[in-house]
Amino acid sequence: MSSVTFMRLRGFVRKEWLQIVRDPSSIGIAFVLPVLLLIVFGYGVSLDARDIPLAIVVEHPGPKAGSFAAGFYHSPYFVPLPMPTIQEAEQALREAKVDGIIWLRENFDRGYLRRSEPPIGIIINGLDANTARLVEGYVQGVWAGWIDRQAEEEGIAASVPVRLEQRIWYNPEVRSTDFLVPGIIAVVMTLIGALLTALIIAREWERGTMEAMLVTPVTVRDILAGKLLPYFFLGMGGFTLSTLMAVFLFDVPLRGSLWVLVAASSLFLLTALGMGLLISTVARSQFVAAQAAILVTFLPAFLLSGFIFDISSMPPVVQGITHLIAARYYVAILQTLFLVGDVWAVILPNMLALLAMALLFLGVVFKKTVKRLE
Amino acid sequence: MNDLPAIVVRKVTRTFAVPGQTVVALEDIDAVIRPGMVTGLIGPDGAGKSTFMRLCAGLLVADRGEITVLGIDVRREPMRVQSRIGYMPQRFGLYEDLTVRENMELYADLQGVPPAERAGRYEELLKMAGLERFTGRLAGKLSGGMKQKLGLVCALVRQPDLLLLDEPTVGVDPVSRRELWNIVYRLVDRWRVAVLLSTAYLDEAQRCAEVLLLHKGRVIGQDDPAVLGRSMEGRTFLAAASGMGRRRLQSKIEAGPEVLDALATGRRIRIITRESRAPDLEKRGAADNIDISPAPPRFEDYFIARLKTDTGSEDARGKIILRNPPPAEGGDDDSVIVADELERRFGAFRAVKGVSFRVGRGEIFGLLGANGAGKTTTFRMLCGLLPITSGQCEVAGMDLREAAAEARGKIGYMAQKFSLYGSLTVLQNLQFFSSAYGLRAARRREQIRWALDTFDLDRYAGTESRMLPQGYKQRLALAVALMHEPAILFLDEPTSGIDPLARREFWAHINSLAEQGVTVLVTTHFMEEAEYCDRLLIMAEGEALAQGTPEDIKAMVRGGEGEDVDMEQAFIGLLESRQGAEAGI
Repeated sequence: MSSVTFMRLRGFVRKEWLQIVRDPSSIGIAFVLPVLLLIVFGYGVSLDARDIPLAIVVEHPGPKAGSFAAGFYHSPYFVPLPMPTIQEAEQALREAKVDGIIWLRENFDRGYLRRSEPPIGIIINGLDANTARLVEGYVQGVWAGWIDRQAEEEGIAASVPVRLEQRIWYNPEVRSTDFLVPGIIAVVMTLIGALLTALIIAREWERGTMEAMLVTPVTVRDILAGKLLPYFFLGMGGFTLSTLMAVFLFDVPLRGSLWVLVAASSLFLLTALGMGLLISTVARSQFVAAQAAILVTFLPAFLLSGFIFDISSMPPVVQGITHLIAARYYVAILQTLFLVGDVWAVILPNMLALLAMALLFLGVVFKKTVKRLE
Repeated sequence: MNDLPAIVVRKVTRTFAVPGQTVVALEDIDAVIRPGMVTGLIGPDGAGKSTFMRLCAGLLVADRGEITVLGIDVRREPMRVQSRIGYMPQRFGLYEDLTVRENMELYADLQGVPPAERAGRYEELLKMAGLERFTGRLAGKLSGGMKQKLGLVCALVRQPDLLLLDEPTVGVDPVSRRELWNIVYRLVDRWRVAVLLSTAYLDEAQRCAEVLLLHKGRVIGQDDPAVLGRSMEGRTFLAAASGMGRRRLQSKIEAGPEVLDALATGRRIRIITRESRAPDLEKRGAADNIDISPAPPRFEDYFIARLKTDTGSEDARGKIILRNPPPAEGGDDDSVIVADELERRFGAFRAVKGVSFRVGRGEIFGLLGANGAGKTTTFRMLCGLLPITSGQCEVAGMDLREAAAEARGKIGYMAQKFSLYGSLTVLQNLQFFSSAYGLRAARRREQIRWALDTFDLDRYAGTESRMLPQGYKQRLALAVALMHEPAILFLDEPTSGIDPLARREFWAHINSLAEQGVTVLVTTHFMEEAEYCDRLLIMAEGEALAQGTPEDIKAMVRGGEGEDVDMEQAFIGLLESRQGAEAGI
């Protein structure tokens, strides 16, 4: 690198750095927004159901009914509220004071082992389908556990023909935090790489600084390197912050190797930067740049990357589209590295896809960027 | 090498494609820009000045033709050209989060200035621009004039052989404008730098050694501005009349077919005739008390005459006839706007410090001042857009603090930028704003009809307003402000960014409104426009510096001596004496 090239690059990097440090909005996008997202998704959004208020109606208190009801009191998932009658419980459900009702009929003590008539009624508020399904599952879990214990106590085999032994791998506690938080890292990197970069270049167009710069004897390579370098480091800074928060604040395990994580993240960041720079070759106002970046990069990273919504349950057409979303490959790598480990069969193909996308975007950017106004 | 032309342009055409049409920005241009002097690129907005600059800087490529800059073909070797020129685009837009020093460092890095040469160069440039004390200040916190000077300094960190300045003085206060010109002159004198400077201010042409006149994408002349001015010898006159209002005098003179242009300057009317013969007023029996004397011609006279004859847009004398002119209210006091010790604070900052003035019915009152002088703040308080911190303010006899809404019904307002809906047609804009002003049924229809007829907007009624030519945008904006027949018109920098002819037409409109009793309050940074006002308030740093007729204000600076000063000199003089007084304390 000649000394003049180095001088220009130093000039660019120093300028970007000073702007980042002094402009609260870029600090906001690079550091405050990631922390906010992590906290919202780490603490606020939980796809687990916990502390669900549940009305328990025991029509005829007896030892069996008591011990079954006790199962709910000991569960971390429920907050049982004893109610004397089913009418009162239904009223509570209607007023949304409880999310479900466990109704132990008067013949519970006698009939629980007999299959002839159902001794329990379960009513669940189905407004929130997700929670309803979870409640249903948990209630069945409590029921199955209780039946087991009863069978043991009484020395008879329960009349359940098939026993379901469940083992959940990789995330045995089924904590949604463990897969949401790694996914958020992909969103954070998209924000910094694509949105922030596109915005900052659009601002240079708006203020006329880009025009002044184009007439200096800098090359296209200088200009692009001058943008890539600072925002690459900023993005890796955001990545470091998010990873530290994930591991130390949210106790997400990191089972794979750190260097693989860093390598995959660098690749994804380059892809995001490529998208941001590509947007900025077209969008010359911050408004357009922000819209384009949100529509083309941020929303897909949120919705189509498999970070919240499982890709395999999407309609086939949408599944096809997700293959165009870089974040999809990165989220797959992130979730594997954090929760499973270095599974090369997953990591390698996804890394290759990221590499291809990074090369494609940056290649187009280099070809499209000219030192002209058109 | 100084004999080599700085720029040679041969048969250059450049077009732009916009949806639905092709706009020809420059057509078959030929020009030679000479080294070692300042060449002015003069032309109204949209004449192709910026395109010309950008073609020379290698930012755009010509469709046809050849451009050689400093002997280098720009199309083939833009980088070689760029390493030898300095360029300052119209919106220089410095890096506002960087300090003065950091901006300079950045451009020195980008231009590859060897570190050993920097300290000396910085010192020299900062001294020249008067920015030595501000090296640590963020560029965003500089005044408009200082920003512009810093932009120039950044374009100069490496000594260029050619400097391209695209409208460097737009919106800059007169003092900074003079300083910018001094820097440019020193560059030429000391280093023989070739400078190409574009401007829409005609008075700046006289400061150039040579001017290149652009109009509608064509070169309509290139010469020494003094020579061009002299070609008007015998066609320029000044008229004055005792016992006759200036506006009446102007309309009388304009009526003559031999008169090409008549313009108010101070109390007198500057006349350009079609041929070198004095306007013959006696023939029309209007010569009583009118004294007409020959005036030395100026470059502006040439340019206006050229534009008027070339474009045939001579009907730019637009008269507006209001359907219901505001009635003369028979009070003891005919003041329509009264500001008494008006004050506005933003936190600890006093933006307007106890300003008082009165504006009478049918008067054109101007607020003149540099950016940040407090004129826009004053203006907003008067229209009721900004609460008053202390003091009194009455508009049309109403206290703004109590009856803001009612007072606003009597006010027409035209904002600084074209603030109508660009994607609505002319007719839709008129319809929308008339209903926004509460016009209904027949009155609404009649007013829309009136606007379309009066402003000759009929043929554009179905055109989206953003597609309108500049002058027509201006007309539409004025038409909208007049929809509800206000008694008072507030105009905030109404003519910034429009060409000289459209500006004259606009003032003709305003004059005819004032004649019918509409009171006009106008802010402007064009010094020459101050001459069109009946009375002026000059503001600086929130204070009223001077108040009176343009003649009074010029007399304050002249100090009674015979020497003639123009408004700009008067303004600078007032500012300097104020600074002198402060230093004396």
